[in-house]
Amino acid sequence: MAQFLQHLVNGLSLGSIYALIAVGYSMVYGILQLINFAHGEVVMLGAVFGFWLAPKFMYPVEPSLGLFFAVLGASMFLCGLLGFFIERLAYRPLRKSPRINCLITAIGVSLFLQYFTQLEFIFGAIPQTYPEMISQATVFSFAGVDISNLQLIVVGLSFSLMIILQFVVYKTKLGLGMRAVSENTEVAALLGVPVNKVISFTFILGSMLAAAAGTFVATMYPKVDAMMGTMLGMKAFVAAVLGGIGNLPGAVIGGLVMGLAEEFTVGYLSSSFRDAIAFAILILVLLFRPAGILGKTKIEKV
Amino acid sequence: MKRFNSSLAFLFLALAAVGCKQKNQNVIRVGEFGSMTGTEATFGISTHRGIKMVIDDVNKAGGINGKQLELISYDEGGKPEEAVTVVTKLIAQDKVDIILGEVASSRSLAAAPIAQRNKVPMISPSSTNPKVTEGRDYVFRVCFTDPFQGKVLARFAREDLKAKRAALLIDKKSDYSVGLADFFRKTFESLGGEIVIEQNYAGGDMDFKGQLTSIKSKNVDVILHSGYYTEVALTMKQAKDLGIKTVFIGGDGWDSPKLSEIGGKAIDGHYFSNHYSVDDQDPRVQDFIKRYKALYKEVPDGLAAMGYDAALVMVDALKRTNGQVGPVFRDALAATKNFPGVTGVITIDENRNASKPAVILKVQGDGSYKFVKRVNP
Repeated sequence: MAQFLQHLVNGLSLGSIYALIAVGYSMVYGILQLINFAHGEVVMLGAVFGFWLAPKFMYPVEPSLGLFFAVLGASMFLCGLLGFFIERLAYRPLRKSPRINCLITAIGVSLFLQYFTQLEFIFGAIPQTYPEMISQATVFSFAGVDISNLQLIVVGLSFSLMIILQFVVYKTKLGLGMRAVSENTEVAALLGVPVNKVISFTFILGSMLAAAAGTFVATMYPKVDAMMGTMLGMKAFVAAVLGGIGNLPGAVIGGLVMGLAEEFTVGYLSSSFRDAIAFAILILVLLFRPAGILGKTKIEKV
Repeated sequence: MKRFNSSLAFLFLALAAVGCKQKNQNVIRVGEFGSMTGTEATFGISTHRGIKMVIDDVNKAGGINGKQLELISYDEGGKPEEAVTVVTKLIAQDKVDIILGEVASSRSLAAAPIAQRNKVPMISPSSTNPKVTEGRDYVFRVCFTDPFQGKVLARFAREDLKAKRAALLIDKKSDYSVGLADFFRKTFESLGGEIVIEQNYAGGDMDFKGQLTSIKSKNVDVILHSGYYTEVALTMKQAKDLGIKTVFIGGDGWDSPKLSEIGGKAIDGHYFSNHYSVDDQDPRVQDFIKRYKALYKEVPDGLAAMGYDAALVMVDALKRTNGQVGPVFRDALAATKNFPGVTGVITIDENRNASKPAVILKVQGDGSYKFVKRVNP
């Protein structure tokens, strides 16, 4: 029982990170029908920015929760900026082109960011250690289940961010714009919704969440390297498809399902199947429920 | 059409000229391949530094029989397929006479068949998997092998730590990790111990909580982590998160300054087997440490020492052949006997392996290693 509960806790903390990344994929897809393959690289850069900034902030301040929040905020700001420029420079010029062009551009942006980061004067190809800002401690230990402060902070913050996002999408004017654009871009434009602004805003929002996810990953697993975004991005993409791409609560559910599925596979089946299971789930979902768990089946008019 | 033909011919001529780079008779070309980047980057960097020290020493002293040594190094980023590419390049394009490399057995195994086919002697500084040299009369190593290392670890776990129940944590993608765990299991079981659980991961993974939770529920006395340092450090950090207090043991793949950098305090109190200890008071060892520190501002890890020794053994054989390379050099290398290296006395046996003692080190929270014991073969 204790083992089951521990697996549950581990799975949830991993899943909440997947969910945070998956939400970014889903948002962009909902609005542009574009799978933003560069999203995983933004996650990686979120960790890289933290790696650069933490020592700079650390000089006057001791490692503490406050420092962690400062680094998190700065990294989210920088990644938001990055998201804005990615959309502005790479995707907007192609807005009217066929979807496949955008998709290939997205892969291009992803590869560019990966290999650009690997340049010696940027970050380099050698994995680095993420500075420790919160000293690791077990805060909860009961009947064989241990929960660390890192896990609590990561899960708590991930869910807070996702709730804030939900609020932004459903209660603010920009959120209204996002929903309008995702419904029908042309009609929204005719009704006076500033489409370009809304799309830029979507990218900024998604990239900020990605930066948070990157910071959380690096805090829990203190290793930063230029390739770390690939697998994370891939898994989160599967999570987004699983939940129903374009659907935000779906992405959260998808992320949690992925985290738990991986964890229980390791715990009860075999640790060798870990990554295989993620993609097996994707295939199964695509076979039986192509629109995902919460996705609506849309009939495309030809 | 005629013009096209002649320009084509010219192109081929030019290519051929590039291909047949004139060999300088007064230079011995030494090719090195290693992981200077990637998750095992410190392996390649440390080894390269060790090798470079020897090559520079020799060249400064006037070379071997008047011939200078030229070191050509390539990075393969820790990828076996990339190792195949760079070793082929070393042989076909750079026309090297000798190859030094790799640390990780998976990469040495990828490169060894190419060296063998082209009859270019290859010396691996620290690949411990037995298959690296098996059946290849041009492939050598200057370190001990995993059957020995596995035995040392199993004996240590069973006799010194008094462990009865052990768990294995294995990197399924690494020949080294799988082999070492296998040899550990054999000896540990023959000594009356029991392997209660075996868990796997793939090199590059970051999350080990699932595996550790399963291991925790089995109440083991010791956990063998046969992987490389990045994953080892991450595992120990997560083990601490999960309240696991069991002792971890492992092989020479743990040896890196990054172990304590990533693992922090979580690495304190665990043990691993290695090629040498910085506490060794032998003047040869202390002199090497002093010179290395002066050059690179860092205490040399085991892999730097192995790189140094591999190059020393090569130079020793070259001196005996008066700078001649090829089959003569291969035979001289095979005849290496009682050569005093910094990692122990090296004698190449009939299987082209070195039989040498191993040391057990205890990892301290500040990143230093404490010498525990030496085990002779």
